Amino acid sequence: MSYFIDRRPNARNKSAVNRQRFLQRYRSHIKRAVEESVNRRSITDMERGEKVSIPAKDISEPSFQHGPGGRRTVVSPGNKDFAEGDRLRRPGGGGGGQGGGDGQAGNQGEGMDEFVFSLSREEFLDFVFDGLELPHLERKQLQVLEETRPVRAGISKEGVPARINIVRSMREAQARRIGMRAPLKRALREAQEALESEERKDPVLRNPARIGELKSEIERLEKRIESIPFLDTYDLRYNHLTHQPMPSNQAVMFCIMDVSGSMTQAHKDIGKRFFLLLYLFLERNYEKVELVFVRHHTVAKEVDEEEFFYSRETGGTIVSSALTLVNSIIEARYAPEQWNLYVAQASDGDNWDDDSSTCLELLDESLMRKLQYFTYVEITPHAHQALWEAYDTVRAAYPERFAMQQIVQAEDIYPVFRELFRQRAQS
Amino acid sequence: MTRRKPLATGSDWNFETLEAYEHAIAALAREYRLDTYPNQIEIITSEQMMDAYASVGMPIGYHHWSFGKQFLSVEQAYRRGQMGLAYELVINSDPCIAYLMEENSLMMQVLVIAHACYGHNSFFKGNYLFRAWTDASAIVDYLDFARKYVARCEERHGVEAVEQLLDACHALQSYGVDRYKRPSPISAEEEVRRQDEREAYLQTQVNRLWSTIPLAVSGLAQEPPHDHENDPLGLHRHGRYPSEPQENLLYFLEKNAPLLEPWQREIVRIVRKLAQYFYPQRQTQVMNEGWATFWHYTLMNRLYDDGQIDEGIMLEFLQSHTAVVSQPGFDSPYFNGINPYALGFAMFSDIQRICRAPTGEDREWFPDIAGSDWLETLHFAMQNFKDESFIQQFLSPKVIRDLKLFSLVDDDRDDSLQVEAIHDDRGYRRIREALSVQYALSAREPNIQVWEADIRGDRSLTLRHVQDRRRPLGQSLFPVMRYLHQLWGFPIRLESMEGGDVVRRYQWPIPESSRESA
Repeated sequence: MSYFIDRRPNARNKSAVNRQRFLQRYRSHIKRAVEESVNRRSITDMERGEKVSIPAKDISEPSFQHGPGGRRTVVSPGNKDFAEGDRLRRPGGGGGGQGGGDGQAGNQGEGMDEFVFSLSREEFLDFVFDGLELPHLERKQLQVLEETRPVRAGISKEGVPARINIVRSMREAQARRIGMRAPLKRALREAQEALESEERKDPVLRNPARIGELKSEIERLEKRIESIPFLDTYDLRYNHLTHQPMPSNQAVMFCIMDVSGSMTQAHKDIGKRFFLLLYLFLERNYEKVELVFVRHHTVAKEVDEEEFFYSRETGGTIVSSALTLVNSIIEARYAPEQWNLYVAQASDGDNWDDDSSTCLELLDESLMRKLQYFTYVEITPHAHQALWEAYDTVRAAYPERFAMQQIVQAEDIYPVFRELFRQRAQS
Repeated sequence: MTRRKPLATGSDWNFETLEAYEHAIAALAREYRLDTYPNQIEIITSEQMMDAYASVGMPIGYHHWSFGKQFLSVEQAYRRGQMGLAYELVINSDPCIAYLMEENSLMMQVLVIAHACYGHNSFFKGNYLFRAWTDASAIVDYLDFARKYVARCEERHGVEAVEQLLDACHALQSYGVDRYKRPSPISAEEEVRRQDEREAYLQTQVNRLWSTIPLAVSGLAQEPPHDHENDPLGLHRHGRYPSEPQENLLYFLEKNAPLLEPWQREIVRIVRKLAQYFYPQRQTQVMNEGWATFWHYTLMNRLYDDGQIDEGIMLEFLQSHTAVVSQPGFDSPYFNGINPYALGFAMFSDIQRICRAPTGEDREWFPDIAGSDWLETLHFAMQNFKDESFIQQFLSPKVIRDLKLFSLVDDDRDDSLQVEAIHDDRGYRRIREALSVQYALSAREPNIQVWEADIRGDRSLTLRHVQDRRRPLGQSLFPVMRYLHQLWGFPIRLESMEGGDVVRRYQWPIPESSRESA
């Protein structure tokens, strides 16, 4: 006896738990591998998973096994020209596992020295951002209508056909039918009984007028019972939805970059990697992340991504122009009550001589109050200038919300990023 | 003879055609007296097949990282195209569960039904090892019990504690079997019913063994001659415990480890019971695959002869079958040891040939079976042997010649390898002997037994390893001893024996003195 079962619709991730257990157990190994790969590959292809390899000996499951040595006899197929008693040179190294003749020992493990597997993009990013925390992540309350979400809120008598609740409607209909029929049915039964008793009487004693009356009465009642509708508009019930305001979970990231003559393409690439990391990180924490690109030399301009990273400009540098622009964009489009605001700035540290104090003022007096977090990376191998010192003052004033680091070369980005967002002890 | 119309053609399948073919194969199988459990044939996707792979063929299992590791490596190999998934997976259970992948062509599905649902299935039901060691009707329930029990322990004692315990047990799972005693079959109902009872009972047993108040401890050896010189009060006269060496390490730990909690003993037991379930499979790989391959080959040919499959399917089948039973030579880049499908198929086919058309050589080598009823003989061979004895009994000179087998001796006292025997008259018996030993479990896994638990001294546990042809233990010895130490709770000693003498001693934890000297 046999039978077939189609299991294809069943869940397919039966091994998900075991997979997670494995990743959990070898967390430190995987993290090391991920960190190496982040440094190795360009941040632009963070969007895919990663092949990770772990030394096989670290994850082997030991059991008692024969070691090399002693006397062993191995039977193998495919003899071509050996004759009994032939002596062969031992293939190099001595121990088990090599040469055709030693298949048995070769299969026992110890051969493969790397265990290789793939992480999905999600898992990969989990490891990349492991132990990092988004500072001051807040869920902002929003009054705007778009940010509501329909929630089921019981049953109502009015609604659109699409939301009809069939079970409840039918139940109402049945109750109504029972209720409306009951008096009619009772009257009908009485009339039928009366008619029967009338008809049972001796023909002489019958009252034909009464019989006619009863018959028409019965007919009338039956008609009325029949005319009770099976389903009346009155019975219909609808699932009721109300709109609940939803805490907003959206963020804007302002990328500010200096594109003056002193910024080379290499500087910009480093900046780009930093912005990308931040973007990926924000994306994991917020449902919706918008990007605003602001570049500046002596004047600031909002541009699209392409232009932001690749167009070339020359000229001096006035950082405050960018900060002013960001401030006005916030005022125009991103109310701080509705958006989580992040600013990431990359620069080589050059600024117009007396502009740094303007920046300090701008940040201190208006911008910092609105922002969730401000990160500044200075891409320079040289000594700091006035801008750094001005920002340092801001950092002192807003230690929770302001972070700055220096990057010398591309390899520094990831460590610096980790430093900026490392989980801070809850104080 | 007019040929019947084939049941289906082309490479697409649907449930109706599968049922029709299953029906046709079942009728043929009855003719060949293949006695099987009912078949539960499940169609699954390739992802589900990877899941099934990862759980080493158990339909349900407890959670453990090692299965995750297994899954990741299967997934990696599959995604990169290094490895195709097996076309089928079959579970020794009643009803016998077989998985068919939806990607398979019609030919593959029919082949798998013949191979798994009639070949393997009848092997599970007929072979003596499976009959003695596994209870097909109870395994799925037991797995379910095990999964729930482990999950409950994880809730109560934490995932990590359970994981560490399972790690330690897994390291010893090859040593969780009584090789010579007939085990009691496992039954889930019974397990659940008796579990609490057993927990309490086990604990009292252990307590009794380790109690410091002298009680007559059962199971101790007969009193050895009393050493009046060194032990005038006779404190050690009770002899060694256990009185006989114990080969089932997990069983010994479950019953005797002094410090394990009752739930930990239960988990040791679960690992041991599952190891027991897989024990016959490890010893019958050549036979099992050979049997299933022989039957899919025979059944497919019958289907073709009866006109139920057309030439297209037959050609596709022959191509696939040839790939399955190919045996690359030792010097081929594709060589990966002896292919159990090839060897098993060659042997069963050869037994059939010896019965039907024996040569003079066969009559000399196999006087009992030459010319006998082939079906009868094949069933007898399938039922009463394991790889080791099957090869010893049935490997014929013809198969040795066909596969061009030769045996090579690698002795560490000799500076070169020596060809001991080849496929000639002088070599047949020696090759047969050597190949049989190669499949003996005792030659593949070191022979390690519990020698003594020092219940009156430092509570250390001494194991004895009897060396097989002077082969020492491999590097993984120390991690395993560490796990043993975790389970036992006191020092572990291990002695390697060669010809009755101790040749090497190991200890865990590594004693301070030797650490300093090292």
